[in-house]
This record gives sequence, structure tokens and C-alpha cells, in this order.
Amino acid sequence: MANMSPKKTPMPTQEPSVRAHNFDEVALGYTAEMAVLEADRCLNCKTPACVAGCPVGIDIPKFIQKIKVGEFEEAYRIVTNSSSLPAICGRVCPQENQCEGKCIRGIKGEAVGIGRLERFVADLHNQNDAAIVEIPTKNGHRVAIVGSGPAGLSCAGELAKRGYDVTVFEALHTAGGVLVYGIPEFRLPKSIVAKEIAGLEALGVKFVLNTVVGKTVTVEELMREEGFEAVFIGSGAGLPRFMGIPGENLKGVYSANEYLTRTNLMKAYLPDSTTPILRARRVAVVGGGNVAMDAARCALRLGAEEVSIVYRRSLAELPARKEEVEHAMEEGVQFRLLNNPLEILSDENGFVSGMRCINMELGEPDASGRRSPVEIPNSEFILDCDCVIMSIGTSPNPLIKSTTAGLEINRRGGIVVVEETGKTSLDGVYAGGDAVTGAATVILAMGAGKTAAKAIDSELSIL
Amino acid sequence: MYRILEKQSLNTQVTKMKIYAPAVAKKAAPGQFVILRSHKDSERLPLTVADYNRAEGSVTVIFQVVGAGTERLNHLMVGDSLSDFVGPLGNATKLDGLKKVAVVGGGVGCAIAYPVAKALFERGTEVHAIVGFRSRELVILEEEFRAHSAKFLPVSDDGSWGEKGLVTDALRTLIEGGESYDEVIAIGPLPMMKFVSLLTKKYNIPTVVSMNPIMIDGTGMCGGCRLTVGGEVKFACVDGPEFDGHLVDFDEAIARSSMYRPTERRAHEDTCNLFGKEVE
Repeated sequence: MANMSPKKTPMPTQEPSVRAHNFDEVALGYTAEMAVLEADRCLNCKTPACVAGCPVGIDIPKFIQKIKVGEFEEAYRIVTNSSSLPAICGRVCPQENQCEGKCIRGIKGEAVGIGRLERFVADLHNQNDAAIVEIPTKNGHRVAIVGSGPAGLSCAGELAKRGYDVTVFEALHTAGGVLVYGIPEFRLPKSIVAKEIAGLEALGVKFVLNTVVGKTVTVEELMREEGFEAVFIGSGAGLPRFMGIPGENLKGVYSANEYLTRTNLMKAYLPDSTTPILRARRVAVVGGGNVAMDAARCALRLGAEEVSIVYRRSLAELPARKEEVEHAMEEGVQFRLLNNPLEILSDENGFVSGMRCINMELGEPDASGRRSPVEIPNSEFILDCDCVIMSIGTSPNPLIKSTTAGLEINRRGGIVVVEETGKTSLDGVYAGGDAVTGAATVILAMGAGKTAAKAIDSELSIL
Repeated sequence: MYRILEKQSLNTQVTKMKIYAPAVAKKAAPGQFVILRSHKDSERLPLTVADYNRAEGSVTVIFQVVGAGTERLNHLMVGDSLSDFVGPLGNATKLDGLKKVAVVGGGVGCAIAYPVAKALFERGTEVHAIVGFRSRELVILEEEFRAHSAKFLPVSDDGSWGEKGLVTDALRTLIEGGESYDEVIAIGPLPMMKFVSLLTKKYNIPTVVSMNPIMIDGTGMCGGCRLTVGGEVKFACVDGPEFDGHLVDFDEAIARSSMYRPTERRAHEDTCNLFGKEVE
């Protein structure tokens, strides 16, 4: 008999008042009892809508059935048939728009906690090191992956499982891309990312750090001189955008990328870190996506007394994952909705002293279907702050396109690919993730990496 | 990887280090930079390429010990390895089509100005090197500049080396004496580059400056190195590091460079105490 509770089995979390001051993980994960209880909420639908909502097509009902009967390792195996990085996806996927958004239980109550269950089986597996990795037989084909973020890792994993000799090139000194420089420790512990990467290394994937493709080596050189038969470009989103308002280059104005990189990659929150970060008292984060939530919650943990999200639309339009918004609110982040910055103000030393904003209201829907915000005349006010973090998206990175002749780029600067295969305009060159779509989610990037891996396999396996 | 092949103290504050990094050496060109980390927990330090040797697979950097990061780097010895070394980043200096150029170097900026002077000189460009230091004991690369310039004008703030005065005085004297340059390349402290650019603007001489702002990744991702050039936001790492000196907003760049000064000073003092030294 199914568990007919309309609510998800709650997942233990650190108390908001405590966690707002540390970088330890917020959500603590299910116990085996909780996982079984939650799995029992799944109705094992004949035509499961959840699977259709998953960008990598995990057989969700099948793995949940295994949890019901306590076969957790088998459940993990089913998940990894489709996903290379379950411990990560269980934590950072926007499940409410994907698998859980389609769940039949969501009609009268809350959807089955699919993400929480995925995390549970992955964490349990990772705790039991005994699991033996089957090293696939090498097929002799060499593939280069540009970037070790979610797209690159998933492409590398898929290819390695099929016996390819895979080398991943990473620009930074640590592998993981946005998973290590962007997403904070309290949402995705770096030990989990390291574990997933170690798992790929065990499969034979090589990681070459400190290598900027487009500078240290070009895509063409990888193919012509280094003997790679295919290249997958998963180099990520690129350059942070700014609003173009006065005061954006004052001391104390960061892009979210910089603020998060200082905090997460360079560990500026640790007392002995060699990388400085401004310890601000009042922080304004401009934007409403996951990156904005991450920046705001980092600012709290770095000791800010007051942190505000400044967003020009309303709560309903916030693009961030629901759980992140809830967690941020619980921790005390202020949401200044329907507000837009006009100017960042300076003190006598060139540091931020405040931000002039204006109230907005929602007008007619724009091209994206969202109601566009309009300024309310004479509603300007000054938000008291000593640090501003701009989190309003990115524009494409020019490094690869400017050094790769013949690589077709779209109007917005993204790499043009055939959606079904990830193939670019160049023979043997594939791309996926934010480098193609612009800033999106970890799971979409992973899906693109997986798609390209399949296409690379079908191209090279016939040679 | 990234083994230190040679290390030489150029003066009490400035060190030259040759590092084994064949992939970087293969691509490096004057004007570009690298980012290095001396230790696993070090800050990412951007340094301009001072020299490279493709056959040997080496890249040379010259740095001044100014903070905790450079202090720790300076404690490494020949045979030690750096934790990380990535590059070459940024765009190379445009050297083509220049018949006569004044290369202006100031302080440790001479470490970057010199490879540019050398590359131009070797292409047959008439190079006038104007090189300035605070005083004699801080002079670096004197012989190298002499050997790679048609005219060499040393200046110092206190008159202990060359003419007493500023590089701008020497440059003005040359220009007013009738020298005409296709371009002036100025590399040094921000105020020096600012005043050289103000001077050359008056005479309408195209001027290139090399910016070295605070940055983290060096690939365009963080945006920390942004500056205003001709009213537009540019990223030094991908759009530069060289820019038209007449368009750079130097006052903003000077302000931004001081963002972490209080923190840096503390960190430097801590590191110095660690190594049992007095803070200067």
C-alpha cells in the first residue's frame, strides 16, 4: 500500500539561524527509513510522466521501486545507467520544473521527492567505497573534452564507459568547473564533486589542468597535432554581464562569478585563505537566479548583517530553484522585489556607499512571455549597502570562437549545434552546455554532454 | 611540472624566475601574461611574460615582492616546482608596421617593457628606451635595454642613476627635440602610464599601455579585471592587457587597484612575521 501522505517526507536540514553562519551543507539527506517512506509515495505509474521530465531520462519509477524493497545499490545502478553524476544532480537539479514537476502526486499535494531519493542512493553508494569499478575495454579512440564542468564531465563519463580514451582539459587549477567555482560548499560539498571526478579517473579519464583551450592549445591543434579524433567543447557560459549603470566599477561591486569564485574556489571564507574578499555589512545582490541566491547566501555566511536580493520582477517570476529561494528566505535574506537599480553610490574613498533604486510594476508580457517590469515614476529610493553583487547573467566567452576558424556562432554568441547530436559546423567537433545555450542548468548541460557522447560514439565506432 | 630552472635576484625587491612550462613557452608572445600559484593554497597571481625559450620549454617571469603571494613565491628555490602555471593569456603586443617607437618603462614595469623593446629592436624598429626608477639600487635590466635600443635614456627620481626626473620629462624632451614616433608604449605604475598618456595625447602620438589589474581566472569568467576604456567596460584578461592609453580611465583603474590594500598589508605582515623578517 502506497504512502498517501500529501507531503514529502521532510528532509532534515541545519537550523536556519545556525547554517546562515557556516559553510556546511544545508540539507542533510534522508536516512534509509526516510528514503523507504518517501519511495512508498511513488505510485509506479504505467506511463511515468517523471521520466519524460528528466533531461537525461533516468528510469525513475524503476529505481524508486528498488528503494522500496531496500535494494539501494541496485537503485543506484539504475540511476547511473542514465546519469553520470547523481550525487550532484540530486542536490542541484531544479526538480520542480523537471521530473517532480510532472509527478502525478503533485496534482493533489507534493510530488514524490525524486531528487532527494536520487541523492540518497548516490550518497550511500559513495560512503561504501567497496564498490568495484569495472574498467571498460579500451577501443583505441581518443576524444578531447574542453572544460570539466557538468557538460564535460558527463560527456567524459559516457565515453569512458564505452571504452574511449578521454582527456579533459581544464583552464583552472581544479577540475569541476561551475561545480567548484560557482555552486557553494553549503549546497554542494566539494568532496562530492571530487569523489565524482575520482570516479571518472578510475574509469581511465585523464584530467589536464591549467590549460586554456583557445590559448595554450587550440581545438585545431588538439585534432591535428595531438591526435584526438573528436573534441567536445563544454567551456561554459563566459563573461559576466553588468547593467551599464553609473558606479559599477566602484570598489565593492562584484560580478557574482567573481564573488563566488573568491568564496568557493579560492576559499576566501576560511580564516587562512590567501585570497581576499570584502567583508561587507550590507550586501545587495542584483538578480533572481540560482547564482544570485548562492551569492546572497555566501554573503550572509561571510558575516554580512543584511543581505538583499534586488529583483525587478515579482516573486512568481524569480528564476531560481524553489528550494534555494525558500532556504535563502529562512536564513534571513531580504527579497526586495519589483525594484531596479539606477546607480551605485560612492563614499569619499571610492567604496560603495549605497544604491539608488526605483520601484517597478509588471506591465504587458514581453517576447519571453513574462510580464515586463516598468518603472513607477517618482518612486526612487536609496538602498543602504556597502557591497553590490551583479548577478544578471553572462555573455559568451570569445576565447574558443576567436581561435577556431569555421566554428559557427549564433547571434547571441553561442556555438551553433545540431540539437539531436551536439555536432557543430566543424567535422569531429561537438559542443554542449552553457557554451551553446547561454547560462542554464547543471542537468541540461549534463544532458547535452551525454547526447554528444552518443553521437561521438556512433561516429567513431564505425571507423 | 612547473619546475624552477633559474632564479636571480635583480635587486632587493625584484626577482627573475625561469620556469619549465613547455606548453606555455610554445605559444607565448611579448605582451601576454601567465597566472601562477606557488603553493596549493596560494592566491592566483597574474604576471606578464618577461621572456620565453621554446626549445628549452621555459617561461621567465619577473616579479616584485609586494604582498604575501609574491613573498611565498620568492621563497621557492631552483629545483622546486610551482603548484600551477597557466597561459599564455591575453593578447600579444602588436609589433608590425612600427618604424620608430619610444618604449617607456617604469620600475618593475620594465620587466614587461623590456621584451617589447627587444622584439621591436630585433625587427629593425628604431627603439628609444626611456627607463625610470626611484633610485639606483632599484635598477633592473639596464644592460638589456642598452643592447636593444637606438637611444637609451635612464632617469631616476633622486638623480642617483641617469638624469634626475621623471620618464615624462625625458619623453617630452625627445618629442620637443624633434623626434617623431609611430607609437609610444608605456608600461609601469598606473600614475606613470596615466601621465605618459596625457603627454602623448597633446602631441597626438598613438600610445599603448599594459594594464595589470586584480584578476582571478584570467579567461574572462570573473570580471574582476574590468576597466573603462573609451567609455566601455573591457576585461583586461581577454580584451587586453594592452589598451589605447588615450582611452583608459586611469583614475578608476587606480582606485580599483587599491580595493584590497588594507587586507594585503595585513597578509604581508603575517607572512613576513612567519619568515622572521621585519616589515619594511
